[in-house]
Amino acid sequence: MIEIAGLTKSFNSHQVLDRLSLTVKTGETLVVIGRSGCGKSVLLKHIIGLMKPQEGSIIIDGIDVTKLSGRALDVLRKRFGMLFQGAALFDSLTVWENVGFALHEHTSTEEAAIRERVRECLALVGLEGVEELMPSELSGGMRKRVGLARAIAMNPDIILYDEPTTGVDPIMGDVINDLIIGLRDRMRVTSVVVTHDMASAYKVADRIAMLYNGGIVEVGSPEEIRQSRNPVVQQFIQGKAAGPIQEGLPDRRILSRWRKLPWKSQRNPEEPEV
Amino acid sequence: MKVSRIAVPVAVAGAWMVELLEYAGHLGLLLVQSVGGCFLRPLRVKSIGYELLKIGAQSWFIVSLSLLFVGMVLAFQSAYQMKRLAAEIYIASLVSLSVVREIGPVITALIVAGRVGSAIAAELGTMKVTEQIDALVTLATDPVRYLVVPRLLAAVVALPLLTLWADAVGILGGMLVGTMKLSILPSLYWKMTTLPLVFKDLGSGLLKSLVFAVIICVVSCLEGFRTEGGAEGVGRATTKAVVSSFILIIAADCFFTALFYFVGR
Ligand SMILES: Nc1ncnc2c1ncn2[C@@H]1O[C@H](COP(=O)(O)OP(=O)(O)O)[C@@H](O)[C@H]1O
Ligand SMILES: [Mg+2]
Repeated sequence: MIEIAGLTKSFNSHQVLDRLSLTVKTGETLVVIGRSGCGKSVLLKHIIGLMKPQEGSIIIDGIDVTKLSGRALDVLRKRFGMLFQGAALFDSLTVWENVGFALHEHTSTEEAAIRERVRECLALVGLEGVEELMPSELSGGMRKRVGLARAIAMNPDIILYDEPTTGVDPIMGDVINDLIIGLRDRMRVTSVVVTHDMASAYKVADRIAMLYNGGIVEVGSPEEIRQSRNPVVQQFIQGKAAGPIQEGLPDRRILSRWRKLPWKSQRNPEEPEV
Repeated sequence: MKVSRIAVPVAVAGAWMVELLEYAGHLGLLLVQSVGGCFLRPLRVKSIGYELLKIGAQSWFIVSLSLLFVGMVLAFQSAYQMKRLAAEIYIASLVSLSVVREIGPVITALIVAGRVGSAIAAELGTMKVTEQIDALVTLATDPVRYLVVPRLLAAVVALPLLTLWADAVGILGGMLVGTMKLSILPSLYWKMTTLPLVFKDLGSGLLKSLVFAVIICVVSCLEGFRTEGGAEGVGRATTKAVVSSFILIIAADCFFTALFYFVGR
């Protein structure tokens, strides 16, 4: 169980998380949705102890991650797998060295056995015959899947996915959805999935939480979220420009005026025609 | 109005001091962690070997070329003075002493800082901005032990070796000028080269190069780790790594030269 309480984080004066509270039950897949830049990645980085909050606690099976450091934190991290938003593959290592990294570093597994395990993990994400390639030789979607293979290589009990389907084609995206579901059903993995791909969210989630303005505005089953009365949630899941969320959007009055104007008359009449 | 005229420079100077202290703190911390890491097993022999070859391959040619010319220039420059005293023969000793004690270690270190330090900062900086360092940490691997220690060990082996080589090439440069242009007998030139050299000269030069290697490696790795802000940030980190290394190398050289001057007599 992951219990996040009162998590507060700001960078310089920019407040990203503001007393955020959220619980992830053991064995469930919780999907966190929210706009780009709302702090989803920052939240994941706090859970795995890459960032320290100004306030608040994250208790994983009775241990507060925010108070840990050094070796104790490493012990905890070996239970985690994390898929980074940009895959974060080590670009000086080959694909198989990337996927087998933790096995090589933390276990005394023979190289042949590591290779076997790597092949298995790569097959799970639909990759074959790429073991000897360098990450720079892969497409964006393939890198993401190699990153996923690396995250599951050590059979973690908690997996954090940062936008697993972004940049992957829709068909492969669904393969990844099935993989996330399969890991939950077969290995009882606890997952936190960050995404703004609503199709994927509905498919993999046991519960969905929406992050907005530094806090969780609503948590519930996919059906509850779909039926939500909260206009913020509705605007997001329907993907509408009109609604209560307006930060960072162009002013609609300018847009509507611009649409009415024919292209020519926009130009300053004093300016010579090109 | 009056207050701000004083307050602003004071505040700027204060902020600058704070930043400098913070930098020194980070540098010291990384130094302690990485030197400490050198004594932890297992050592990554393969990466150390790889980094060693990389440092050697990247810099030996440009080091050789530079020191050859510097040796020649030294010989020519001293020839002006020595001719007047009809003491051209001492050119050999002058060149060998200044190359082994000062020019060899310092120029080699500056070249390696420019060539290798910048590469280290760029590599680690890229790893930082693409979250590879974060990924290392989530895989329960200490970035200092994984990335800094092999580079540090490689640098403290490579730089003294390169310096020895550089010394030899510098002396050769002087010898070319001395024997071919100033017509000193090669055997005599060689005798005057080795005559004044004592072990302390070589030892102090190599000791300096050891310190320079630590400076280059720790400074460049720190700049890499502190990188923020995409490709532009990597560019900035690279420049800062070279500039900071240069300043610290020259400062350390001054310190050690003074130290040897007062202590070692
Ligand atoms: N290391 C950092 N330093 C400063 N600001 C950061 C850092 N990491 C994230 N932020 C800021 O936090 C906010 C949330 O970022 P992030 O969690 O990456 O968003 P997203 O929800 O798209 O994953 C952004 O405004 C970003 O600028
Ligand atoms: Mg993100």
